[in-house]
Amino acid sequence: MIAALIFYMFAGLAVASGVMVISARNPVHSVLFLILCFFNAAGLFLLLGAEFLAMVLVVVYVGAVAVMFLFVVMMLDINFLRLREGVAQYLPTGAVIGLVLLVELAVMFGGWAFAPDVEALLAAPMPAASEMTNTEALGRLIYTKYVYLFQASGVVLLVAMVGAILLTHRSRTGVRKQKIYDQVGRTAANSVEIRKVSTGGGI
Amino acid sequence: MFEIGLSHYLIVAAILFTLGVFGIFLNRKNVIIIMMSIELMLLAVNLNFVAFSSYLNDLVGQVFTMFILTVAAAEAAIGLAILVVFFRNRGTIAVEEISQLKG
Repeated sequence: MIAALIFYMFAGLAVASGVMVISARNPVHSVLFLILCFFNAAGLFLLLGAEFLAMVLVVVYVGAVAVMFLFVVMMLDINFLRLREGVAQYLPTGAVIGLVLLVELAVMFGGWAFAPDVEALLAAPMPAASEMTNTEALGRLIYTKYVYLFQASGVVLLVAMVGAILLTHRSRTGVRKQKIYDQVGRTAANSVEIRKVSTGGGI
Repeated sequence: MFEIGLSHYLIVAAILFTLGVFGIFLNRKNVIIIMMSIELMLLAVNLNFVAFSSYLNDLVGQVFTMFILTVAAAEAAIGLAILVVFFRNRGTIAVEEISQLKG
């Protein structure tokens, strides 16, 4: 009973804030509602027993991705009202496609069932909650069976980081800064010169 | 009604996914909102994975969800970086003006 009420609270808030994300006039409000939506989804994850992923969702999505969105929205000086022109024109198309998609998903959810031998097909059965926490079980799986995929996802993040820095970095002219490779690369041959100076003449 | 099953979670995920698709159509001039809609859709997919993982007692769904989170974070970072560079060069982020590559 109480679990059901908590589920309805999280689900209702997630859906309501999802609606606000796409319909808010101010993009800053959109980002804030996105954060609310992530928090509620984390609550749903908790109800499902995926504690580690719930915490990762809060830390990574709310703490990093959503705040990055907030940075960009606030940093760019854009007239957002002009970008909302024509919403009424796109509304019918979007509504029709959304409705069709929702009906299709509903039809699919109405007519499926687990395979009869599903217990035998599990790739990694979950240990009992009394035996091992969710985080520990997930860690044991990631660092053994899926260690290469785990490393590959690290590489994906590294490439994304390098790419983002490379894209947004710009070298400005007229800025004095220390170039260590130039300093270290200096030799006497290319920096010292001996000249014959005539008396009273200067260089 | 008060017995929460797998289908309840699937319905929530379906609604969130549809909202994401709808948001792309509704705000198709504003790249930032489009990217937020994509995040909503990825969240819905994650919810599906975790729900199935929980009701099937199979941990691999949660492992996969973690990889989706990784890719989503990378995608958001690269997308926003491209957006910032584009804004610096053109002074706008309206989608219909992003047409320089068109012949």
